Amino acid sequence: MEIYILLGFVLLLSIFLGLELIAKVPSTLHTPLMSGANAISGIALVGALMLSSAGQMQDILAFGAILFASINVFGGYLVTNRMLSMFKKK
Amino acid sequence: MENLANIQVIQNIVYIVSSVMFILGIKMLGKEATAVKGNYLSALAMFFAVGITCLSLEIDLKIILAGVLLGGLIGSLIAIKVKMTAIPEMVALFNGFGGLATFLIAWSQFNEPSNSMLQHVLIMLTIYIGGITFSGSLIAYGKLSEKLRLGKGSMITNIFISFFYLSMPALIYVIAEPSISQFIPQVPSYFSIFLVLTLAAGIGFVMPIGGGDMPVVISLLNSLSGIAAAFAGLLLLNNVLIVAGSLVGASGLILTIIMAKAMNRTITNILFVGYASSSQSTTSEEQGEVKPITSDDAYLILENASSVLVVPGYGMAVAQAQHVVREMGELLEENGTEVKYGIHPVAGRMPGHMNVLLAEANVSYDLLAEPDDVNPSMDTIDVAIVIGANDVVNPSATEEEGSPIYGMPIIEVHNAKTVFVLKRSMSSGFAGVQNPLFFRENTRMLFGDAKESIGQIVAEFKD
Repeated sequence: MEIYILLGFVLLLSIFLGLELIAKVPSTLHTPLMSGANAISGIALVGALMLSSAGQMQDILAFGAILFASINVFGGYLVTNRMLSMFKKK
Repeated sequence: MENLANIQVIQNIVYIVSSVMFILGIKMLGKEATAVKGNYLSALAMFFAVGITCLSLEIDLKIILAGVLLGGLIGSLIAIKVKMTAIPEMVALFNGFGGLATFLIAWSQFNEPSNSMLQHVLIMLTIYIGGITFSGSLIAYGKLSEKLRLGKGSMITNIFISFFYLSMPALIYVIAEPSISQFIPQVPSYFSIFLVLTLAAGIGFVMPIGGGDMPVVISLLNSLSGIAAAFAGLLLLNNVLIVAGSLVGASGLILTIIMAKAMNRTITNILFVGYASSSQSTTSEEQGEVKPITSDDAYLILENASSVLVVPGYGMAVAQAQHVVREMGELLEENGTEVKYGIHPVAGRMPGHMNVLLAEANVSYDLLAEPDDVNPSMDTIDVAIVIGANDVVNPSATEEEGSPIYGMPIIEVHNAKTVFVLKRSMSSGFAGVQNPLFFRENTRMLFGDAKESIGQIVAEFKD
């Protein structure tokens, strides 16, 4: 139980940190920021790698989670980078 | 055994390092000068976090390699091939896949024996949020890419909306299920029913929302995928998942609020009410006549203008007119005209949509201005060119109290000396509200495809 209280604490602090970080972002960067944040949500890949495999069903679920999280990670970062490269000043 | 404990310590230290890198990365993404580096930093953080997790694996390595390589290939291909105009739906799609991954993680955890009560609650919450993110994002993808045309009011939409409302008591039931089942017999396949219901609920959640409300939905779904990842982190007792997930959840929430504010509406109003139920305003029946104009005439007026404000909207994205718009802007500047671009926060279909398109066309972002910058000096503008925007320039928002969009901050082009409105036809905008701007004394309508019309003006300039 203690660990949950500790991690709940981490959760709350991170949310407040996130709110503070984003509060003043110029609208030019709204799309890259959203797309960059979207790539970060691919962190689910770490969770997918932690799954255990016991039987075929679990293997399929793990494979699916790894596959889709990877699409999110690779696609997300590349699209964000492509977008940002257009914003470079001339 | 001691070896295993050591590995866990190392993993946790690396997780803390990558959490810090994620935080710095997001911070840097929020500033123009450091945005590119910020994205690299966050990608590096992801690499560390994933790499160190691989030190202790239970799943077959073949499955992991197959999943990562295949997923990486698909993701990269989509990201490289996608046209810049299709960015909103791509972001929605990637976001949905992230949601699906958390959905599957929680499902897999459910199959593990001996979950504690708290774990059971977390599993159900993660499945619910992850599932809604997934199917909701797919619907958003379908709507944005115009593959899906079902909207509010259709029979199918209503069925899925009822699934959405049904899913909430179902969530409470599955959360309480372990304690209930001691007293009453278990519903045999309650879990599979819940899985399906969750996915149906996501469809019902996004289906009725459309058009101009899309920027709000996209950023909300983005936020949800982060929250789902954070819950999965609680479930797996993994701190980097919690930190990264909550950062995404919080940033998505802020963007959602910014978007809703730009429309002067509350988030609940956008999600559950929509425009249609606002009181029908038919006060301004007497609209008068529209004054059409040809590209030739438009050119003559533009040639003599000393200041021009371009106000793009979703129509510019549809017509893919951003490149000719930039060309026209450059020719005007060569001609000694001052050119600015007025960007409304909710113009387009995702936050910052117009900024991306204009950046793609190489418009310098010094020229982009927000409504508050351009409105005070609007009466000094000779020509305001509205390209495929409608509701964001509708004067009813400031003048007509009964109007459904009354109170929404707009770009007040009607105060400019002359307004050109480029439009395909006289249909009303997403809000379904007639736009009195079209009938104003100083407004000229340039009907036709925006790309062609501007192309003709550009050709005249070159002659």
